Amino acid sequence: MYKSWWKIASVALLIYTFTAGLLLDVPRLPALQETIRNLYFHVCMWFAMMILFTVSVVNAIRYLRTFNIKYDIYARQFAVVAIVFGLLGYLTGAIWASYTWADPNKPAINSFSTIARDPKLIGAAIALLVYFAYLILRDSIQDMDKKARISAVYNIFAYAMLFPAIWILPRILPSLHPGNEGNPALDVKNDISGNMRMIFYPAVIGWTLLGVWITTLKIRLSLLKEKGMLS
Amino acid sequence: MLLFSLLIISVVSFAQEKPDSYRVEMADTMRSNGRIYVVVAVALTILIGLVLYVVRIDRKISKLEREK
Repeated sequence: MYKSWWKIASVALLIYTFTAGLLLDVPRLPALQETIRNLYFHVCMWFAMMILFTVSVVNAIRYLRTFNIKYDIYARQFAVVAIVFGLLGYLTGAIWASYTWADPNKPAINSFSTIARDPKLIGAAIALLVYFAYLILRDSIQDMDKKARISAVYNIFAYAMLFPAIWILPRILPSLHPGNEGNPALDVKNDISGNMRMIFYPAVIGWTLLGVWITTLKIRLSLLKEKGMLS
Repeated sequence: MLLFSLLIISVVSFAQEKPDSYRVEMADTMRSNGRIYVVVAVALTILIGLVLYVVRIDRKISKLEREK
């Protein structure tokens, strides 16, 4: 039997996130209003994505040190699930922005072009595209060892690109996205009240564990496939 | 953490009780506070449904692993 306490912990934390996140008091801020509760969902997607990409690059390095094909499978599946979380973050961000950043007094096209030019969005898009290229690169190489080696090296470069694209680049340029002057979602003075942290941190852990759970399923499935091919 | 969430839920539900005694309050939780509890119920149903789905897949893969 697999040790499953962390799966239960993940579900418990998510149930807590959904109930307390929707019911507990939040600061009353202009424009944001109740949408500040998206902190427990939208922001957590990106945090989970960053953690999963970090696990992926660690496994890529482990592969390069040992040349054990197992680590290559780990690296790939963590990257895939991280991309899914990134896409969900992007989608939820698009919904959130269209009700907060978009100005109802301006023509829709006009306010859309302002939003679409936001450096944070472009940076996140670059980061995700770099990882799409990772998957394309992987699947275009037939030879298994070559595939594993090249994609592990590429994974490291992609990871080196990730943080400049989503953190550094948007801060140099003026952005609509909150958190340009500090740490978004972690700054108690400006962004959130202290008791929002009581939900935000458990939410990040819960979502990340859910991502890890899905990844382990994918890893186990592809290890089974691998065994089937060898025997 | 679970204990903590139970605590919070109980605190929130205490806050719901209204002082005016002439109004008949009967199982009104789902209809109070702008019916936010309905949203919570819907969101939780979706979450639990997805989790059950993942659990099922987990079980199936475990079975496959035992067969190998």
